[in-house]
Formats: sequence, structure tokens, C-alpha cells
Amino acid sequence: MKNRRIAYFFFAIWVIALASTPWLANNYIVKIATFLAMYAAIALSWNFIGGFAGYPSFATGAFIGLGAYSGALLQNTGWFAPLAWGAAMVIVVVFAALVGKVILKMKGHYFAIGSIALVEVLSHGASSWSRLTGGGEGLNVAIMAGGPDFIGKVFLFTMIVIMLMAFIATVIVDKSRLGFGLRCIQQNEDAADMLGVNVMRYKLLAFILSGVFCGGIGAAYASWVAYISPGDSFSILVTLKAAVMVLLGGAGTVFGPLIGSAVFVIFEELIWSKFLDYHQGILGLVVVLLIFFLPNGLLKIKWSR
Amino acid sequence: MSNALLEVTSISKNFGGVAAVKDVSFSLEKGEIVGLIGPNGAGKTTLVNLVTGVIPVSSGTVLFEGQDVTRQRPFEAARRGLARTFQIVQPFPAMTVHENVTAGVVFAANESDIEKARSIALDHLNFVGLGKEVDRPASALTLPSRKKLELAKSLAMRPKVLLLDEVNAGLNTAEVEGALDLIRSIAQRGITIVIIEHLMKVVMSLSTRILVLHHGELISQGLPDSVVSDPKVIEAYLGTKYLERRKIFQGAK
Repeated sequence: MKNRRIAYFFFAIWVIALASTPWLANNYIVKIATFLAMYAAIALSWNFIGGFAGYPSFATGAFIGLGAYSGALLQNTGWFAPLAWGAAMVIVVVFAALVGKVILKMKGHYFAIGSIALVEVLSHGASSWSRLTGGGEGLNVAIMAGGPDFIGKVFLFTMIVIMLMAFIATVIVDKSRLGFGLRCIQQNEDAADMLGVNVMRYKLLAFILSGVFCGGIGAAYASWVAYISPGDSFSILVTLKAAVMVLLGGAGTVFGPLIGSAVFVIFEELIWSKFLDYHQGILGLVVVLLIFFLPNGLLKIKWSR
Repeated sequence: MSNALLEVTSISKNFGGVAAVKDVSFSLEKGEIVGLIGPNGAGKTTLVNLVTGVIPVSSGTVLFEGQDVTRQRPFEAARRGLARTFQIVQPFPAMTVHENVTAGVVFAANESDIEKARSIALDHLNFVGLGKEVDRPASALTLPSRKKLELAKSLAMRPKVLLLDEVNAGLNTAEVEGALDLIRSIAQRGITIVIIEHLMKVVMSLSTRILVLHHGELISQGLPDSVVSDPKVIEAYLGTKYLERRKIFQGAK
């Protein structure tokens, strides 16, 4: 497909542009580039379960928080940071596999509520188990050596690498049996089951894929900001943003989450930061407008009207 | 052990205190077309759901090709070659007709090469007469076409047994004729068919054997002519006028 080639080309340019910011722009822009990569990875992750499989998951917040705490705790016991991030991804995979088996038996709103509960339970766990996690006071993580410029580059490239991993996973899933089966599940789960799709296994794989990269992001984020607390690690708001980004770009597509997250982050920086008191209200308004006027996302607009 | 393709031995299903299917036993030989009839609520669809693993049985066993499949999940039934259609058609609405059928080839018939699966799917679509509508979304089809799509999908699963749950419901007379021809040519491929149907004309013209379900119990089974003259069947389902009309109809022929 010709369109696909062009899209890959633009994506490559986008990645190069993000990666070259440390040499071309100031630290503020580098930070935004890091956020762009990070949210792209989160949106690509959510797309596996929310887009391909059509399960409205809020578990993203739980994966990020679990990744943050796992990475931070391992780092504090002396693990080399990138190793701790990788271990956090493994921990999140195990967690997603165990919990997914239970909550993926629910559908629709019930699943959504179940996945919200997941975030809340982990958040309470982190604030109550204070001997391990520092409780509500939060947890300090050793600041990386090398000065702000170097640290900025490390986290920019870490987020870009995670984004690329999530993107490659998306491309593979999109072309594979798994992607086809997930689309069938999204359309009509009972019919998919009848047609020979192992629905539980497929949903579980999508759920794990929606978690693994978030685990890495959470852990890297913890090292980046050097301080985490239950409230901002286990955040429903982040999940909600991920869903909005994916819906904005086009759910179940390869490039939709990338476009949606980029538009969203830039929008947030340019406009919402000027309306600090109202920005959550504006987010709510965007969700409503999106569902009314753009239910299939930017990518599915028929321009030829 | 008999050499039956499918052997159902005294299966029952209770929903709370209600026995939807009570102690039903039957078997299917390869190549048969078996009609499953009975009044509304007799448990016909429940029986199909039990055989294909959609709902678990309360007791009893299901053997498929000599293998115990009582506890199978629906996707396993599909991969073994037990396909079914739904009374209310269940397409993947936003996918094209072609993709709908390709899904059957990929997942149930286990064809991993997508391009090959697509071309097999196209053969099935041509067979059922949807060759011209392959690129339309399934949601855009008319009811008769959706029924054909449902058939193409189940054929794509390369079934050994095909359970057709009221494929003719909602079709007009001409459309029913078309569906009948299609079912006959499916049977000619050697696929064993169970057809749930309310139109007696269809049942009588297709079936080599008939099972009658009433209040969840199998009240009669056997050759079509002997079943329709069974007093129990007449009382429970057909009504006394049916036999008279049938005699007149046959006399006119």
C-alpha cells in the first residue's frame, strides 16, 4: 500500500526530529519531545486492548504505577537503572497475565469498572504498605549522575526506544492472526468464539501488550523525576488521556495512536497550560465533543465530502 | 462404541429449577441431514448450544468422532469441525463480507497464509452467491444475503457437522427455495447437517431423519413419514390438521 509507505516515511522523520531536539533546541523542547514519545507509547499500548480488542481498559494507570514502584524499589536496592526498567516490564507482564485472566471475563462497563478497581487497589496498596513503599510520603529514587543535559538525553532516548518497541509490536500485531482475531472480538466476541478464535487467549495477549511497555515507561519515569507517590503513579487521568488520544487518532489503527497523542500533547502544551484552573474541565469537554463529532478518529474522516 | 460422527448421550441442562433439555440422546451418521423440530421454547437452540460448548451441560456426554468433547469451548468445537449458524445472524458488521469469511478460514480451518485464506474465502462466497458483494461491509447486506454470509462463514470453517439454526427464518418463499438448493449442495459435499426449522415443507423435503423436541425432551425420532404421523408429535407440535393437509397435498401431486 502506497499510503502506508508514506506514513512510515513521515513517522521516521518524526522520530528523527524528536531525537535531534537536544542538539537543536532548549531543554524545555527536549522535555516536550520526551513527553511526546512517552504518550505515544502509552497510546500505542492502550490501542492493543482498547482499540484492537475493543475493551475499555483503565488498567494502563495500574501498569504505569506498578512499573514505577517496581523500578524504583529495585533501583533503590542497587540495581542498574536500565536493568530495573526491564525487570519492571517483566513484573507488569506477570501481573497483567494473572489479573487479566480474572477481569477479562467481564465485558463492557463491567470490565471498565473492574479495571478502574485495579488502579485503586494498587494505589491503596502503595499508600498502606509504607514499610516497603514509603506510603503516602512517597519514595525517593537516586538522581542519575551526569547533569541535566545528559539526563535529558537519556530519558528522551529511553522513551523513544519504548515508543519504537510499542510501534513495532503494533505493526506486527496488525498484520498477524492475533490482530485479525482481536478485530473479530471487537466486532462480535461470541461470533469470534464460534468461529474458532481462542478469545480468552487473544484478549489476554492484548491485555499483556497493553501493559508491558507501560511498565517500562513507569519505571523510567520514576527514575526521571526521582520521586514517586501513590497519587500520581497510579493515575486514572493518564489512562483517560491514553483513551482520548487513541480515539482522537483512530482506534484499532497503526498510526492513529501516534497522531492522536501528538495532537493531544501539543494541544495540551499550547492551550491548556494557559488555563490551569480549567484544564480538566476542558479535557472532559474534548471527550464529549470527540464522541459526538469524531467517533472514528481523525484518520477515518472522509475528506472527499 | 458405534461409528457415529456425533454421539450425544443423555445430556441435560437445568437453568435453576427449569430443565431446558432433559435426558436427550441421539447420534449423527456421516452424510445425514437431520431435521430438529419442536415448538418454540422446546430447547432446540439450547441443544445446539450444549453440543457446541456455548453453555456447559448439567449432565451427560457428547462424543465427536469417538472423542469425549463434553467440556469443550466453542472455539475448540469450531476447530474440530462442529460449525453452527445463529438464529439471529452474527456477522462482524464493520468488516467486509470477504473478511468475515476469511476469518472462518483462518481461525477454524487453521489456514495461516492470509492470501490463501482470502482466495479460499472467495470460493465459498461465489458458491453461496455473494461473489458480487465481497467488498461491502457486512452491515450493508440485506437479510437474505446475511443468511448466505452466515452459510459461507460456516462453510469456511471446513465443518464436518453443520448445525443450521433457523436459517430460513425471515425469508420469503422465493428466498427459501434458494436457501434449500444451497443446503442440498452443501450436503452433497459430504457435510452432515442438522437443520432446526419451523417450515415443515423444508424439513420434509430435506431431512433423511427427524428429531422432535418438546419441553426439553426428545419425544420422537425416526424417518420423516413415521415421525409426522406419530400421535405424540401431532399433539405437541404439528396439530391434527397438518396430516389432513399433507394428505391433500400429496394427493394433488
